[in-house]
Amino acid sequence: MRETPLSNCERLFLLKAIESKKRLDGRQTYDYRSIKISFGTDYGCCSVNLGKTRVLAQVSCELVPPKDSRPTEGIIFLNLELSPMASPAFQTNRQSELLVTLNRQLERCLRNSRCIDTESLCVVSGEKVWQIRVDVHVLNHDGNLMDAASIAAISALCHFKRPDVAIQGRDVTVFGPAERDPVPLSIYHMPVCVSFAFFQQGTYLLVDPCEKEELIMDGLLVMAMNKHREICSIQSSGGIMLLKEQVLRCSKIASVKVSEITELINKALENDRQARKEGGKFGFVESMPKERITALKREESLVEMTDVQETADQIISKAAAGHEVVPSPVIVATGTGQVGEGLQNTWGLDEEDEEEESGTKVEKRGTGSKSEYACLPVSVFLH
Amino acid sequence: MAGLELLSDQGYRLDGRKASELRKVQARMGVFGQADGSAYMEQGNTKALAVVYGPHEVRGSRSKSLHDRAVINCQYSMATFSTAERKRRPHGDRKSSEMSLHLKQTFEAAVLTQLYPRSQIDIYVKILQSDGGNYSACVNAATLALVDAGIPMRDYVCACTAGFAEGTALADLCHAEETGGGTALSLALLPRSQSIALVQMDARLHQDHLDTLMEAAMEACKGLSKVLDSVVRQHLQEVSVLSRD
Repeated sequence: MRETPLSNCERLFLLKAIESKKRLDGRQTYDYRSIKISFGTDYGCCSVNLGKTRVLAQVSCELVPPKDSRPTEGIIFLNLELSPMASPAFQTNRQSELLVTLNRQLERCLRNSRCIDTESLCVVSGEKVWQIRVDVHVLNHDGNLMDAASIAAISALCHFKRPDVAIQGRDVTVFGPAERDPVPLSIYHMPVCVSFAFFQQGTYLLVDPCEKEELIMDGLLVMAMNKHREICSIQSSGGIMLLKEQVLRCSKIASVKVSEITELINKALENDRQARKEGGKFGFVESMPKERITALKREESLVEMTDVQETADQIISKAAAGHEVVPSPVIVATGTGQVGEGLQNTWGLDEEDEEEESGTKVEKRGTGSKSEYACLPVSVFLH
Repeated sequence: MAGLELLSDQGYRLDGRKASELRKVQARMGVFGQADGSAYMEQGNTKALAVVYGPHEVRGSRSKSLHDRAVINCQYSMATFSTAERKRRPHGDRKSSEMSLHLKQTFEAAVLTQLYPRSQIDIYVKILQSDGGNYSACVNAATLALVDAGIPMRDYVCACTAGFAEGTALADLCHAEETGGGTALSLALLPRSQSIALVQMDARLHQDHLDTLMEAAMEACKGLSKVLDSVVRQHLQEVSVLSRD
């Protein structure tokens, strides 16, 4: 199904709002939506909510023969899928541009930055290594899939524990979770992607665009950084022209955001670890809101209201004089009324006519005069 | 590949260049008769061929045509013999799709597409020999091909790679420097307005070094733009001499 295009008035409204530094949901230009990270019961399962964008990542491992060019290193395989449940524009088995972009960016962010120690994944050099596979599924698309996917992938990798192995010569014994505790992966650093959307040929910049903002943006700059202020990848897309100063400014903003997000991830990991240790309940079920009336309540979003009164007064004073007063509806018969000029409404009148025919004259009430205008009578249903 | 010294003590790189030195650039325009525009570009050992068809009517589905500007369609491919190991590269695999997408975005920013509504411009690039800087060679070759085809552009689009080793920025990386595990930044620049059409970077780099790295890449692009300009002028002279007779 084709994507519904954004209407021109919506587009103009959003652009004007961005010019006056206002966003649709009341955020500031550099604010992220609320991020919620929750882990499943299995190790390596992570779901991230970025506002309404929802992404699920699952890590799994397998013993495979290594690549010929790198016999002592494990393999990391990343796969992102756009599920049709996320948006009506996504279709299965369709290699769209967005899919390629997201996959490649995720690969560059996680694999090229060498955030995982692949040498520790080697079991028998040249014969058996661990292949770590990260599958990211997009469950709901409300903008900024890249950031959500990168947060989900790195959180899942940090959460994941692989089975312990024992090597005796050439024999490899893989222990199950009941026999020996699984071993976490050794992760050097946590790269997180931050997306910047540019509008009006690069004049305005927004962090974390929502879906509507993504539809009107000119271009996107994705910067992956870790909390040590190291840039892991930069990618600009869209036909925009950037200046060097803009890229440098974005890197400064990104470093602030990344440190906040990394803290969030660490806190979530810590909470999950605590819950598992104490034997408390953990997993997705706990993270879902309970069956309450307020479960679907939307959080309040603050909107700037400082100059609303003055602007409203201005608009009213400048507006043209109002139209003529419309006469109040006239009730011709029970259940129907009539407003304005036009042909007299005869709904429900037939019975009255018959009833009153015997006796009194039928009174034609209200504005039942047959005017020369061919206006449509507006029937107001009164119950 | 630890142990590969990207920058020696005397300031020489693996192939004997200095830190900010570019590789030898050679280019030819108008290499094919059939296409509207074509160019062949050599940057060191990297050889790229670019061919431009258009502007012409939108082929295929009519729905792809835009009512107010031209659609740019790019296709990037590498020859099987281009790398050290002969590898069959299927069309439409992720890396070449991504590269085609980046080329398309770069040229959408540079070409004056508003002059050709409801039409399509095709750019086909092929790497004949890959020795680092694939994307840059493609962009430079495609720029020359677009100039050869007579399609109006805002400015030359010059691209170059830059790396970082031991506190100094290296310009125009070769294959060994790119895959050595250090940083590699690719930049496509419109030199006169100093605006960046595409920036792409892999591998870790501390935030403080980003400025020097980008500055080095931009300087390299400006140098390249002078070379491209001289190539275009020379080609024009040759062609005008021939057509005068």
